[in-house]
Amino acid sequence: MLLELENLATSFRTSSGEVRAVDGVSLTVQPGRTLGIVGESGCGKSVLSLSVMRLLAHPGRVVGGRVMLEGRDLLGLSGREMRALRGRDIAMIFQEPMTSLNPVHSVGFQITEALRAHDTTSSDSSLKRDAIAALERVRIPDPSKSFDKFPHQLSGGMRQRVMIAMALAGRPKLLIADEPTTALDVTVQAQILDLLRDLQAETGMGIILITHDLGVIAEMADDVAVMYAGRVVERASARELFEDPQHPYTLGLLGSIPRLDLDRERLTAIEGSVPPPFAWPPGCRFAPRCPFAEAACDAAPPPLRDLAPGHQAACLRAPL
Amino acid sequence: MRRYALQRLALAAPVLLGVLLIGFLLMQVVPTDPATVRAGPQATAEVVAAIRTELGLDEPIWTQFFLYLSRLAQGDLGVSIINSVPVTQELGATIGPTLELMFAALIWSIPLGILLGTLAAYWRGSWFDRITMAVSVAGVSLPVFFLGLVLIWIVGFQYQLLPFTGRGGPLWTMDGFLAVILPAVTLGGVFVGPVARMTRTAVVDSLTADHVRTARAKGLSEFRVVLRHALRNALIPVVTLIGLQIGFLLGGAVVTETIFSWPGVGRLAVGAILSADFPMAQGTIIVLSAGFIVINLTVDLLYAVLDPRVRLS
Repeated sequence: MLLELENLATSFRTSSGEVRAVDGVSLTVQPGRTLGIVGESGCGKSVLSLSVMRLLAHPGRVVGGRVMLEGRDLLGLSGREMRALRGRDIAMIFQEPMTSLNPVHSVGFQITEALRAHDTTSSDSSLKRDAIAALERVRIPDPSKSFDKFPHQLSGGMRQRVMIAMALAGRPKLLIADEPTTALDVTVQAQILDLLRDLQAETGMGIILITHDLGVIAEMADDVAVMYAGRVVERASARELFEDPQHPYTLGLLGSIPRLDLDRERLTAIEGSVPPPFAWPPGCRFAPRCPFAEAACDAAPPPLRDLAPGHQAACLRAPL
Repeated sequence: MRRYALQRLALAAPVLLGVLLIGFLLMQVVPTDPATVRAGPQATAEVVAAIRTELGLDEPIWTQFFLYLSRLAQGDLGVSIINSVPVTQELGATIGPTLELMFAALIWSIPLGILLGTLAAYWRGSWFDRITMAVSVAGVSLPVFFLGLVLIWIVGFQYQLLPFTGRGGPLWTMDGFLAVILPAVTLGGVFVGPVARMTRTAVVDSLTADHVRTARAKGLSEFRVVLRHALRNALIPVVTLIGLQIGFLLGGAVVTETIFSWPGVGRLAVGAILSADFPMAQGTIIVLSAGFIVINLTVDLLYAVLDPRVRLS
């Protein structure tokens, strides 16, 4: 097991009290495999990834659970130990390649700096060689020339490649990719996903892929966790999830993807919107929007239940 | 980069011309006749008329402006009404001390302001932040002359720790160094607050930037994250604001020089204005305005150095 989240809870202290953005999430990531986390915006998926990295901005903080990376609880590490781990054992890429790179430093500087953070002995010239090799790995044309370029001189797709090169420069065991293709054109999206898949095959790293796009999940993920209002509502292998979804929310998400093979007049949308954390209902958080809801759903939040080997859903009505 | 620099330089030229025009018009509106002044109190009407012709004062006003420009190009700004010394000679003698004072004031106040502002931004909401910002507000509202007088009273007068009148010699000599301390603390002292406040705002802003999160995700130390990423990017707006503030600092230099009898352009300007020495006043105004232009130009160029998007566009 590469990464194991146990009952992770993250909350934000606001003027109107504690607000829980991630509420008891348990997940696992295997080496060489991709876990897709899917959900609407505001479901807590980005907060979850920042909690794993321990990069939550004030006033957010992890209030419970464990984050085990190869058996070590990251939440118990000192700031210095955690820093040594970031970029070397876990790396992260973000949604906006436009703003995620520093505009005033060259691409080469930013990659070299990432290498230098975990390597104080190599010479500058050997780090430069490594950085150029990293650019080459993500298939940036003319890597030694691109080394001296600034972010604003590159296209969005190229910048995301630079981000990936930077994240993978330290050969991490786990890569967290938070909406890595959302800001990119569709054709560039496919290239970036291909690249990630190839690099995974090459390095054997585990990937957590966070997205709201089920198409990306279908293309990339081995396993999937569906999040809703701070919780995991369904967990399964990607194949199983698409073939036999068991949570009404997953069903709703799948109904809202455009498909060419079905002759549908219009896409179905899930009625209503995700409630904000301070307005979560006491029972199942999806119940107010759920076509299958019954009285018992409002009593207590349903736990994740095994429905088939490796397939769990948090729904009283399951199997549907 | 070179094109950008030339562009900025070309833009500074018309501003300088405007300053010269205003300086020229200032002399036109004052109720003193330069010919009478230059001729002296005992001169006859014929002598005054001759000087008038010689100075071109009978020419139309725009011809006079070009005459004035060509004389200026030759380093002739007229002579002082009070002591008949050429204005350029006086200016030449006072620019050095003024630059010295500005340098001594900025060399400590800008780094200190940036340091305090950065730390306040990093620990925002903490006691350090609150105290620093409260003191900064006090500093922003503190008039230069008040700080100067307090320092003179306490450090110079009561405890007699440091000299407080005049310049003791070049900066690198002991006397020169000691003499510049109080004026430099006075002039720089009112600058620390604004710089700290501007830096805090800019660093708070850049600390929340996505690329700072990326820097942390790479495993960089907090020191490096703050210095090379948050502060480095915040410097772009900070330098602009500091440049604008230095312009106002020239006004503070006038006050400081007067209080400390510092033999600079500012004190010369005050003396010239008080004694109605119009050519001298005009010269000092031109020099101070030109200083303003040079500072702005420097800021524009620094901007390009700091921001590759400007440099490479």
